[in-house]
Amino acid sequence: MAACRPTIRVQPDDFDAGAEIRALAENRHDIGAVVTFTGLCRDEGGRLAALELEHYPGMAEAEIERVAREAAERWPLTGLTVIHRHGMMKPGANIVLVVAASAHRKAAFEAADFLMDYLKSRAPFWKKEHLADSGEGGWVEAKESDAAAAGRWKK
Amino acid sequence: MKLIYFAWVRERIGKGEEDVELPADVTRVSDLLAWLKGRGENYGAALEYPEIIRVAINQEHVSHDTPLPESGEIALFPPMTGG
Repeated sequence: MAACRPTIRVQPDDFDAGAEIRALAENRHDIGAVVTFTGLCRDEGGRLAALELEHYPGMAEAEIERVAREAAERWPLTGLTVIHRHGMMKPGANIVLVVAASAHRKAAFEAADFLMDYLKSRAPFWKKEHLADSGEGGWVEAKESDAAAAGRWKK
Repeated sequence: MKLIYFAWVRERIGKGEEDVELPADVTRVSDLLAWLKGRGENYGAALEYPEIIRVAINQEHVSHDTPLPESGEIALFPPMTGG
């Protein structure tokens, strides 16, 4: 079976997870499972007014594409959509979406999990905090646990 | 060579990109980081710990022992925090 062609979008605009699932699965009879992951902006207990996401235009798309193709080769996916936003995000806003479709649930779950682990450690995006009290804030530090999470997929 | 910077690397250096003439003995990514670090206080602040800086050549991640290309785009940035 040929690997599916992933849909990749890097954009400032919001997305609609339901619409993306429909776009992927509509009029298809080979999809038995759709797993979606949505990452949202949280306020860290009221501490944050916003998160600002900087990205490397061009490479962001290219790197997500590389990771998505790797997932499509590794699992028998019948559809894959990845959307990553950039710009200023208010608490509650969508940041990232992964939609993985397959004939069976295991491949869809694993591919979505793999994609998120790899996006976190490889896609060129950086989060800057804007604090609720002063407006100022610093860059979010990369977590060791995220690198370790990506490492567990090494074959 | 075109250099581009992101996140706190960009903020500390004080610009998003620049064109530089590299000395002949700067042949690898690690040489580039060491050379840049000596260009001024701002570069010193951005590259204080060169081992944590991530580098991409023509939009692909590379390790610090990678040879530099003849031309193209080299990006320097902190570990990524997307997703």
